[in-house]
Amino acid sequence: MFPTVAKAPSRTSEPPIPNRERPAEPQPFQATKEQLLDFYKQMLLIRRFEEKAGQLYGLGLIGGFCHLYIGQEAVAVGLQSALDGDKDSVITGYRDHGHMLAYGIDPKVIMAELTGRAAGISKGKGGSMHMFSTEHKFYGGHGIVGAQVSLGTGLAFGHKYSNDGGVCLAYFGDGAANQGQVYESFNMAELWKLPIIFVIENNQYAMGTAVNRASSEDQLYRRGESFRIPGIQVDGMDVLACRGAAEEALAWVRAGKGPVILEMKTYRYRGHSMSDPAKYRSREEVQGVRDKSDPIDHVKRLLEEQGVTEADLKGLEQDIRKTVNEAADFAEQTPEPDVAELYTEVLVERY
Amino acid sequence: MAIEIKMPALSPTMEEGTLAKWLVKEGDTVKSGDIMAEIETDKATMEFEAVDEGVIAKIIVAEGTDNVKVGTAIALLAEEGEDVASAAASGSRSGDAANAAPKNEPTDHNAPPMPEGAAAAEQESGTQKLVAAAEQEAPASPEIPEGTEMVKLTVREALRDAMAEEMRADDRVFVMGEEVAQYQGAYKVTQGLLDEFGDRRVIDTPITEYGFAGVGTGAAMGGLRPVIEFMTFNFAMQAIDHIINSAAKTNYMSGGQMRCPIVFRGPNGAASRVGAQHSQNYGPWYASVPGLIVIAPYDAADAKGLLKAAIRSEDPVVFLENELMYGRSFDVPKLDDFVLPIGKARIMREGKDVTLVSYSIGVGVALEAAEKLAAEGIDAEVIDLRTLRPLDTKTVLKSLAKTNRLVVVEEGWPTCSIASEITAVVMEEGFDDLDAPVLRVTNEDVPLPYAANLEKLALVDANKVVAAVKKVTYRG
Repeated sequence: MFPTVAKAPSRTSEPPIPNRERPAEPQPFQATKEQLLDFYKQMLLIRRFEEKAGQLYGLGLIGGFCHLYIGQEAVAVGLQSALDGDKDSVITGYRDHGHMLAYGIDPKVIMAELTGRAAGISKGKGGSMHMFSTEHKFYGGHGIVGAQVSLGTGLAFGHKYSNDGGVCLAYFGDGAANQGQVYESFNMAELWKLPIIFVIENNQYAMGTAVNRASSEDQLYRRGESFRIPGIQVDGMDVLACRGAAEEALAWVRAGKGPVILEMKTYRYRGHSMSDPAKYRSREEVQGVRDKSDPIDHVKRLLEEQGVTEADLKGLEQDIRKTVNEAADFAEQTPEPDVAELYTEVLVERY
Repeated sequence: MAIEIKMPALSPTMEEGTLAKWLVKEGDTVKSGDIMAEIETDKATMEFEAVDEGVIAKIIVAEGTDNVKVGTAIALLAEEGEDVASAAASGSRSGDAANAAPKNEPTDHNAPPMPEGAAAAEQESGTQKLVAAAEQEAPASPEIPEGTEMVKLTVREALRDAMAEEMRADDRVFVMGEEVAQYQGAYKVTQGLLDEFGDRRVIDTPITEYGFAGVGTGAAMGGLRPVIEFMTFNFAMQAIDHIINSAAKTNYMSGGQMRCPIVFRGPNGAASRVGAQHSQNYGPWYASVPGLIVIAPYDAADAKGLLKAAIRSEDPVVFLENELMYGRSFDVPKLDDFVLPIGKARIMREGKDVTLVSYSIGVGVALEAAEKLAAEGIDAEVIDLRTLRPLDTKTVLKSLAKTNRLVVVEEGWPTCSIASEITAVVMEEGFDDLDAPVLRVTNEDVPLPYAANLEKLALVDANKVVAAVKKVTYRG
């Protein structure tokens, strides 16, 4: 898929223990034109939002760490479009803007959080890495690499305990995949047959360290085998493949068969965070992926094949740019938190 | 010479037990490894194996005898070739005649070595002194209505009752941890919960502290009310990331949107002779973290009333128990729903000459010291902080305004301790009331040693408190 980056997996390799039931090989999602348009809009919104965030960071309006999702849009959009918004929960790490936008959360409150304003979704007290929307069952936004995997396992425990029919989608990266607590969580999730999909967003680099420099088993979908958790490797640059994999994984988990791992092979175009000069890979490598595998260009081609005109797409693009610009203006102009907010919400109760 | 078989200590904290059953009788020949008796403690029943070979010459302590002190001779063994009758009649040599073979040894997964019966009885360790100090009976909490009937409960039972009552009242409450279900609790605190509530709500985990602390925290974020038991807080070091980064900061970081109502509980502080890695007071660590509630009760009533409050709290709570206190009995009010307020200290003993501030097992030390001081004409007031975060500084400062002298007693290290914090608060807010510098009486600033004599030197005790009080009252 990315000749200069990843070792292409052998998709025909035998599963390690073939006599155990496994999920079927996922099929690409058959999207209607409307669905395809919707994927396109969501991915484009994430792309333009993140580009704007990068710009605001450069202007000093966004501080601290800011991790952009550019290049990985198909993963959040494809997977989350398959969820039941009333029941299922999502949790992720610090590269979380895209996952929130994929929920349809107002870009204004996300951007205002990035600029640290009172109108931000965490009232300006969380920042880029710590955003939540319990209304959408989106549980963050966590800054410690790998913590969200155990927390997500706890959300899945809650789904099973309450028998609410929900499934937790817990995202983490190829870097977090080497954290010990991930395997502690795998063990408990399978032992207790918890309804959770572990989504490894393998964007090829844990900050500056390439997967195969850090992982003895770099085919990360196999990382659950010793816990009897089946894994599926998915083309994370193809939103239809992502959605198809989500359907298969959800069917498995909802049938009470326990957790499943999805390894999404994806790529981030920007540095790990805004302060990353990205010296660990070449310009050509990044450009190669952009040219050959861009998830948005891919859907654009499919739409054109279905007769959507260049002019229609331009109109969409203009709408999205307008939305993002409004979000940026709002985030810049809306006031900072009241100083009294410093002391609120440390605790819920008074003692 | 007949060999004396002595009552064994079957756990680091056991001082006495019930000789439940003899499985041998006088005249029986025993060889090494034969099971001779069943011994019951408040935690478990264990089998007692022979070490030496010979004939049971005499059974000294009959089966069914309660409160047999560790080290008491319970039988005589005639060695090969020795006349049984004369062995029974004659004196004996003290020997390591027998050893314990634990069947249900309630201890942690780094099981400390069994102290031998004789050794345990003869040495007085620092922790034994701490336990002895905890014999001090406290007055009833001011929160208990007058005339309430009291029942004697161990701290262990009180904690269990608190969890059971809250689980009955709220289906969202569940208990998770190592050995909490089938084993009935490594220290038997969760005894009986599995039977009543089943394995949906009382959940054994693998040995995986980081993982299950995260699972509990995630479940709390999702709306449940987990009680996460750490076998001891020493092992919670593996999980401290979730306690601090995930649980404590959630509400603030989310602008009040996402809560984390969870209780992390388990034994904290020095246990008996278990060495440095199993003997540490984490009170000051957790008490330094905004977003956490930290509770460290002393007696059974507080253990019950405060644990119930902790489970009901919307905030994450670190609930620090003490293994040495689990088996101690205290009066607990017989009330349908006995809940104590979080963040309120309690005056354990009124006095006018000096204020002793402590918490958890240190309260016993402070009370013992107060007794000794009373005999010398010094009238000490003793405050049990109960909650370490938020600290009830008002009660401390009010007492200081009366006594003008203050000593903090803490079973823990001195540096960056609760004692340090109290000292700072007193400097900032009570300086004008001070007639002498505040003194800290704490453990020594070393990892806790194993050797009984060194352990004793390292731990806080009443004599050290008395010496400090004499200093601040200028009566040395």
